[in-house]
Amino acid sequence: MEGRWTKIFLRVWTTLVVLFLWLPLGLIMVYAFNASNVQSWPIAEFTTKWFSVAWNSPDVHDAFWLSIKAACLATTIALVLGSMAAFALARFQFFGRESITFLLVLPIALPGIVTAMALNSFFLFAGINLSLWTIVIGHATFCIVIVYNNVLARLRRSSPSLIEASLDLGADGLQTFRFVIWPVLSTALVAGGLLAFALSFDEVVVTYFTAGAQNTLPLLIFGYIRLGQQLPVVNAIAFAMILLTVIPVFLAQRLMRDTGVLRRGAGNVTEAVESAQITAV
Amino acid sequence: MLLLLPPLLAFGLVYLGSLGALFVSSFWTVNSFTTEIEHVWTLSNYQTIFESSAYRQIAFRTIGIAAAVTITDALLAFPLAYFAARIAKPRTRTLLFISVLLPLWSSYLIRVYIWRLILAQDGVLNWALNKLGLPDQHLAYSNWAVWIIFSYVWLPFMILPVYGALERIPESFIEASRDLGASGFLTFRRVILPLALPGLVAGSIFTFALTLGDYVTPLLAGGASSQFIGNVVYDSVGISNNVPFAAAFAAIPLAVMGVYLVVARRLGAFEAM
Repeated sequence: MEGRWTKIFLRVWTTLVVLFLWLPLGLIMVYAFNASNVQSWPIAEFTTKWFSVAWNSPDVHDAFWLSIKAACLATTIALVLGSMAAFALARFQFFGRESITFLLVLPIALPGIVTAMALNSFFLFAGINLSLWTIVIGHATFCIVIVYNNVLARLRRSSPSLIEASLDLGADGLQTFRFVIWPVLSTALVAGGLLAFALSFDEVVVTYFTAGAQNTLPLLIFGYIRLGQQLPVVNAIAFAMILLTVIPVFLAQRLMRDTGVLRRGAGNVTEAVESAQITAV
Repeated sequence: MLLLLPPLLAFGLVYLGSLGALFVSSFWTVNSFTTEIEHVWTLSNYQTIFESSAYRQIAFRTIGIAAAVTITDALLAFPLAYFAARIAKPRTRTLLFISVLLPLWSSYLIRVYIWRLILAQDGVLNWALNKLGLPDQHLAYSNWAVWIIFSYVWLPFMILPVYGALERIPESFIEASRDLGASGFLTFRRVILPLALPGLVAGSIFTFALTLGDYVTPLLAGGASSQFIGNVVYDSVGISNNVPFAAAFAAIPLAVMGVYLVVARRLGAFEAM
């Protein structure tokens, strides 16, 4: 229905917005090779030395492992509790169901500073010292929602009669799980887990209030940028992190194709969008 | 399965308990001599906020920039989402998808940091402007920088729900509108836009809430007069150790988002999220 000029306008606009999204990312890849401590443009001299400086920095090393630990724990908690919540809310009607749905979405709907302050007040209130576990609890609050959303979307799309059929045909609970539920859910769980991990690994707004004196990788980078220290190291980390982002995006793309969502073509990208939207927290 | 309910409820309780603790502690004060928290009920924190023009200004700035970012992202996102959902071929659509997802997945801090480099006095922007024979722009460390960076960082969060809403509009609706004699513009205004609205509102929840609750970007890329609500909270906890005051200030975005969510629910945004 669109006129020729409308189409041209849309095409040009789309191209410009994509460039707007991508040029800055490309730029940081170039800055990673900047030999100078001063980050000005154009870059006068190129080097690869900052990669080894970043790699050998004990601060970066410690912060990286703390982030990995926190992200693994938060993701595990989120996978267990999030999928459980999705099951309970998708299959059963019970008192307080609506309030639980609302409660689950709260951590992503509320401004980060509110969650951060709330948890900080709670830990102060309860006399809990800030540790790895307070970071994990902070991250788990929003990671649970992500897994929950992913699994719920999948459950809504699959028919409950599949499970009934399996049980009617004489499969026990374990077999039903192994051969019916798991194949339906596995990709949703992987996608949800991936998203939860990535978000936890990148989180800074809430983490600052739940980490105390500890440094996760984002907190370390935050400190470096704020104080203007170690900027070449920040550039090198940025380079590595953007390269690493390709992995989840690639996997997400693969998952969507493997579940046939993309193959079915134009009308059926909904699930892809949904799982992508869940990133949008 | 049911055995897992208790930990989930525990989590809910921790979270609700936290919001409760936040609310309660906002009515306490800090003794300015001993710096101990006094558990006395008082409205003095709220009074300070409402009576101080500086704090009022910070609150309005935060809400204003959050609104500006939301509108900017809606304007940038809509044509792209429309193109991807209704015009692009499947292959182009996949490519567009990846080009929106990759920035979304890359580190938030890094993306803020890149813009700091771009907007700096001796950064890429001024270099490019000079090449074109244009004068330097002093955008670094200003509200302009904060606005640009937030719009950049949250843009994918607007694109995806709008795309989802547009993609769900059945082709037959548009054909029916055209058959009944509506012009392209009328079809857009009376059919497409109303059906895309839940997507736009869902996207705006993300862009608005994320901007409202942020303190990192204003801190890293803003100027002396770019303080956000989040920065006051951040400073109250980190520097002056005044948790009750920080809690009271954090109640402002909480209230604003509360109103926003109620309105959004009316507009059907929750189904589009």
